[in-house]
Amino acid sequence: MKGYSVDLGSRRYTFPDLATLLARASPLRSGDQLAGVTAGSAEERVAARMALADVPLARFLEEPIIPYDEDEVTRLIMDRHDTEAFRPIAHMTVGEWRDWLLGYDADGEALARLSPGLTPEMVAAVSKLMRNQDLILVASRIRVQTRFRNTIGGEGRLSSRLQPNHPTDDPTGIAASILDGLLNGCGDATVGINPATDNVQSYIALTQLMDDLRQAYAIPMQSCVLAHVTTAIEAMKRNAPVDLIFQSIAGTEAANSAFGIDLALLREAHEAALELGRGSIGQNVMYFETGQGSALSADAHHGIDQQTCEARAYAVAREFDPLLVNTVVGFIGPEYLMDGKQITRAGLEDHFCGKLMGLPMGCDVCYTNHAEADQDDMDGLLTLLSTAGCQFVMGVPGADDIMLGYQSTSFHDVNYIRQLLGKRPAPEFEQWLQAMGVFDAQDRLLSPAHDQKLLEHARQLPAAMETST
Amino acid sequence: MNRELPPAYRRLRELTNARIALDTAGSSLGTRELLAFQYDWARARDAVYYELDFDALKARIEELGYACAQVASAAGSREVYLRRPDLGRQLAEGESQRLEAMEGASWDVSIVVTDGLSGLAVAENAVPLIKAFGRLAAGEGLSLAPIVLARQGRVAIGDPIGASLGAKLVVVLIGERPGLSAADSLGAYLTYGPRPGMTDAERNCLSNIRDGGQAPEMAANTMMYLVKGALRLGLTGVSLKDESQLLEQDEPGIEGY
Repeated sequence: MKGYSVDLGSRRYTFPDLATLLARASPLRSGDQLAGVTAGSAEERVAARMALADVPLARFLEEPIIPYDEDEVTRLIMDRHDTEAFRPIAHMTVGEWRDWLLGYDADGEALARLSPGLTPEMVAAVSKLMRNQDLILVASRIRVQTRFRNTIGGEGRLSSRLQPNHPTDDPTGIAASILDGLLNGCGDATVGINPATDNVQSYIALTQLMDDLRQAYAIPMQSCVLAHVTTAIEAMKRNAPVDLIFQSIAGTEAANSAFGIDLALLREAHEAALELGRGSIGQNVMYFETGQGSALSADAHHGIDQQTCEARAYAVAREFDPLLVNTVVGFIGPEYLMDGKQITRAGLEDHFCGKLMGLPMGCDVCYTNHAEADQDDMDGLLTLLSTAGCQFVMGVPGADDIMLGYQSTSFHDVNYIRQLLGKRPAPEFEQWLQAMGVFDAQDRLLSPAHDQKLLEHARQLPAAMETST
Repeated sequence: MNRELPPAYRRLRELTNARIALDTAGSSLGTRELLAFQYDWARARDAVYYELDFDALKARIEELGYACAQVASAAGSREVYLRRPDLGRQLAEGESQRLEAMEGASWDVSIVVTDGLSGLAVAENAVPLIKAFGRLAAGEGLSLAPIVLARQGRVAIGDPIGASLGAKLVVVLIGERPGLSAADSLGAYLTYGPRPGMTDAERNCLSNIRDGGQAPEMAANTMMYLVKGALRLGLTGVSLKDESQLLEQDEPGIEGY
């Protein structure tokens, strides 16, 4: 077969290879336009989808979109492919598989069994034939439970990452934001700080601060400092109380290299964290962040569309049994996702693809001020993702990250969606919130009493100026 | 009904600029908090679409006694600018020839002013910064190329401009991406030996230049400190940053962009 083609009316559309076909079939977004890989017209986009619908799934195993010899992510995808798990759909085309996925029989168990037999390219391909409601319906059937000191991803649960960032890493300011988050019922996915300065001293200080707080109040939570993985490795060598290892990852070897990582380095960090054995009920120790556009922004996309690159990052993630995978969907800016519509679509695609590949997906529902989006768009995506079974979202004070300079979802947004859909925090954390008098028995926020224990901690915090350096 | 927050809880607000201990209605944001957020967001949005009056800016700079030229990037509109960062890094066709015609003495420093993501930041902070820096430059005996105002530019537009003028060093003053806490922050990016195709690792950056952040007069001092270091060492970027730290620990606002 020489390329992929389809006849539409008097016109024949031909696509030379799978990478081109996937890119032309992808829903319109600014990043693919910037890369020059998008369809030239609306008709060509549909023609590509028609051709893609007829591609046998097995074809994706024969035609890697980046050569096996050139890219370790391709090698990981191919070497880990589980032929036995793939067998139930091995005879299908992409279009037939879409219909199968939407059928009543494709329940959570069937999808979980299938997962090791799927490659990112298959998953990306089928997502391009799906409307938003298809992405939501199929993903909603999949729960991926992971554990460290609590259980993420149970039925009816929605967790939150508490993100208490501060522009100078001021410990008092960070502690104040953490307390406010806990008093609003947030932080069960992780309390995770993006440090302003990536160095090992600061990493250790922030890790210690969170661990002291956790122990003082016996909080069933796990902490994380979102520094580079090499910083975490160094901190572990110095016996810092490291719970989760963070790293940004991407879907090509070259893009990961721009992040300063490769699979061997991730393996080293993963093994070091497992050796600490700090999880009380489970050993999912990795926290990954991803986002469409990262490969292009590192000039490492190999002519592949940004959504397919993103799905390939999930092959990297699943190698390391993460506790959390977070697609930071609107952070990268309008040159990759122009507006609320594109951000919404991307968030639903990422969640769907990650879930199909067996990952505990969450989403940083977010935007920057130069994108055509606002908090109303975030309300929409937050609501859609939560109906799709998204396992965690961000809790940023007032939705305004004063260090990273973008807007995400707030503690109040988390409680909105819990109230609306009857979602509850991780069970161990929920019990703690009720015991601490943060939530009542129906998980409604209580007015903090004057003797609220967490406020005793608040009283001990020195004024900001005394501790900032 | 609103949740009552005891004083120990409210006090947390004094410990950070983050939006904490907010008033709520049920678990949702109270009206006052909602509108406060929207006000800050609106300022940031307006800054992105702020129409910088380049003619007025030119007149103000000429009043300081500097020659001034206007150019445009290859991004023809705000919409194109936001979608196509690559075009904001290039000059529109014919502009570099115009600048080459101005190439004269071997200038030490070329200052480029561009709207970036906040025209508001440029309107408020560029002139006081140039005034203060110009005075320092005169004291040091440094020669300044005519100041170039570039419409719809990114940081890297300084590379073709500096190259066309034949300047040793280019300083790009650019409106930074507005956040909710500040919509009027100006950034200053220094690049030694400017030519097209340079990477961000070869630049140094001063950010958050505004009243309430790093005041323009203060920023001019730091800028001159970096300019002198760059001209002496013949480079900008990580090496200059390291050098600066050796000379002066914790110099505020120096980042290795």
